[in-house]
This record gives sequence, C-alpha cells and structure tokens, in this order.
Amino acid sequence: MEMGFRWDFAYEILPQMLWATLNTIIAAGVGYAIALVVGLFFLLGQRTPFKIVNIINREIVEFVRSTPLLIQLFFVYFVLPQFGITLSAWLCGMITIGLHFGTYLSEVYRGALEGVPKTQWEACRALNFSTIYTYRRIVLPQAFPIAIPGMGNYLVGIFKDTPLLSTIGVAELFHAATAVGGYNYRYLEPYTMVGIIFLILSVPAAMWVRRLETKVNLAQGKIKQ
Amino acid sequence: MSYFAFLAEHGTTLLLGTVTTIKVLVCSIILYVIISMIFGLMRLSKNPIIQGTATVYIEFFRGTSLLVQLFWAYYVLPFFGISLEAFTAGVAALGLNFGAYGAEIVRGGILAVPKGQWEAAHALNFSPAKRIKRIIIPQIFPIILPPAANLTVELLKATALVALVTVVDLTFEAKQINSITWLSAQCFGTALLIYYFMARFALVPFLRWLEVLAAKKVGRGKA
Repeated sequence: MEMGFRWDFAYEILPQMLWATLNTIIAAGVGYAIALVVGLFFLLGQRTPFKIVNIINREIVEFVRSTPLLIQLFFVYFVLPQFGITLSAWLCGMITIGLHFGTYLSEVYRGALEGVPKTQWEACRALNFSTIYTYRRIVLPQAFPIAIPGMGNYLVGIFKDTPLLSTIGVAELFHAATAVGGYNYRYLEPYTMVGIIFLILSVPAAMWVRRLETKVNLAQGKIKQ
Repeated sequence: MSYFAFLAEHGTTLLLGTVTTIKVLVCSIILYVIISMIFGLMRLSKNPIIQGTATVYIEFFRGTSLLVQLFWAYYVLPFFGISLEAFTAGVAALGLNFGAYGAEIVRGGILAVPKGQWEAAHALNFSPAKRIKRIIIPQIFPIILPPAANLTVELLKATALVALVTVVDLTFEAKQINSITWLSAQCFGTALLIYYFMARFALVPFLRWLEVLAAKKVGRGKA
C-alpha cells in the first residue's frame, strides 16, 4: 500500500466530502433549532410554581446531562421500534440531539434570566407592570444578550457532536468518510479531510462567539481582564 | 424475559465493561490534568513561540471533533507507522482533547488570582518558587475546580466514544449484548443507568469534596 498523503485521491473524493458536509451542517442546524425549543420547555418546567414539576424536571435534566449522547442515540434508535415507533435514523438523531442539548440550553436560559438584576423586577412591580409586560419589555431584552455567548457555544458544540450520528447511519460527513475509506481501504485522506473541514468551519465560528462574548461583556459593563 | 433474568445473564458482562470504562476514565483524567497544566502555563508564557504553540494546540483540538481525533489516532496513525492499541489510542485522544479545554480553565484560573497577591508576595521577598507554591497555587484550585469538575463529568460521558475504536468498555458491551439478544431497552437502559450512577453518586460527590477541600485550604470553606 502506498504510504503518505495521496493528493490525487484526496482531490477525487473532495466533491463527495463537500456534499456530505452540507448534510452535517443541516443536521447541526436542525438539531440546534430543536434544542432551542426543548430548552424553553425545560426552562418552563423549572420555573413553574409547582414543586413536583420542578423536581421531576430537575431529575430529567440531570439524567440527560450525565449520560453519554452516544448511548442515548442507541437507546432512541433501537428501543423506539420495540414500542412500534419506527423513525428514520435522521429523525432519531435530531430528536436525541435536540433533547440532549436542550437540557444544556435550559441552563443557559436560566443563567441569563438570573443575570437580570432583581431590582429590575422590583422596579416593574413598583410601576405596576403586568408579568407578561415585564418579561416582554424589560427582562427578556436584558436576558437575551447574556444568553448569546452560551447559545453560540452550544451551536459549535452540536456541530462537533454531529459525527456521532454516523453510528446510527445518518449520512453526514463522518459517515461519508468512513464509507469512502472502507471502499478504497484508505482512511488517511478521508479522516484527515474531515478534520480539516471541521477546523475550517468551527474555528471561525468559535472565534465569532468569543468576539460576541466580549461585546456582550462590554455592553454589560463587565470588561474582561 | 424479565429484567432480572436479563441482569442475571448479562450483568457480569456489563460490570466488566464498567471496569474498563473506569480504567479509561482514570487514565484519561491523569493525562488531561497534566496536559492542561502544561499548556495552560505555556499559554501565559511571554515567549511568542511557546505561547503560539499552545494556542495552535488548543485551537486544533477544540476545533475538530473528538470522534474524528479518536478515529485518526486509531485508523490513520498506522499509515505513519505508529500502531497504537485501541485502549492507548482512546486514552490519548481523550486526554489530548480534554487537555485543550482544561488548559483554558487553568489559564483563566491563574489570571483570576488578584494581581495584588503577586505583588504582596514579591514585596515580602518570597522566592519565585515559594510565591507560586505557597501563595498562587492554593488560590488557583478553588477557582479552577468547579469548571474542571464539569469538564470531568463531560469526560466520563466522552469515554463512551472509545467503544467505537473497539475498546471493550460499557458501551461496547451494551452494543454487543444488543446485537445478540435484541433486548435494546434492557441493555441500553442499564448502560444509561450505570453511567448515571457513576456520574451522580461517585464522580460528582468526589469532585465536590475536592472543591470543599480546596476552599478550606484558603479559608473560604464553611468550617
């Protein structure tokens, strides 16, 4: 077998890899969108005045957060059919990623809401604003900037966890690389290219999130260092 | 087949897998702590070459996916004449990946020690070694331990990935049992529970205990 990096082979598989990259981006985007919504539900469960709901919510979040995403994927993919629910690998992957990262995002939301000073609430109470008006016009506009860096971090996080979807057969970038590698019996180029594509996409994204974070901190009057 | 019959038949296999998972976890914790300290310090160096090396390392390992690094270590390194055993490749990839995240925590922790502490130690004519050992390091631990604890729980979850490069850990055994018996709910459910118990009732309490210990050392703990 030829040693070293074969550029011609890398060039040959490039179009295939780029198409698969598109799938990875779609998977990350859809998973993120679901996670954003799921996070809201967990936040709601945490803030309802019913103690029982709070406790159950807390335990579910703890459980999902302290077990590996990989086994959760297997669980959803293999167990649901036992109960007569057969979903495609794509759907299973999206649901699992949405649920898993939804728990993380609910923590981001919570942190952001708690980041709004209590005095803001008291002032609204003093001005006789309704709760909904307080949320809509006073609290959420202040909480949102605080949540942005955390939300951005998890977007990058989801993007980097999409290769796990290949284990249940979602045809994203890593799956394509494994298939190409197996077909030609050369793993060097496909896996290296996957690494490079991930670097190209996630390093600028992470930098952008960090810039955003600095901006938010500046706007909040918390200048770092 | 009842759940107890399932446990009686496959419980030992899953437990053996759990032992491997714990081995992977302990080895990669040791590796990642060492790497984060080295690169965290390098990141603060005034020498641009040392600092640049650390930055490139951190960006590289945080920018690519852990699974890609794992497969690269196991399937691609042999092309360069380096054949690692699955266990070694798994621990190396986990340690290198989490070391990059840990380095940033260490860097942040060192920067968070108030400047006045350095200056006071200097004013009292402490030697540089004593300054670091007696003044700075005891104050770093309470700052870095909470985020490091989160990272370590993430590491426990990430150890599941080594099953994909044929390390026979808990995830691998669960998958294996699933493919023999097709009792998916039982085997993956049990695996999820084992991971949950390991994280919630062993790893997290241990890390909390370390945090309390570190806080007490600098007189911030509750007696």
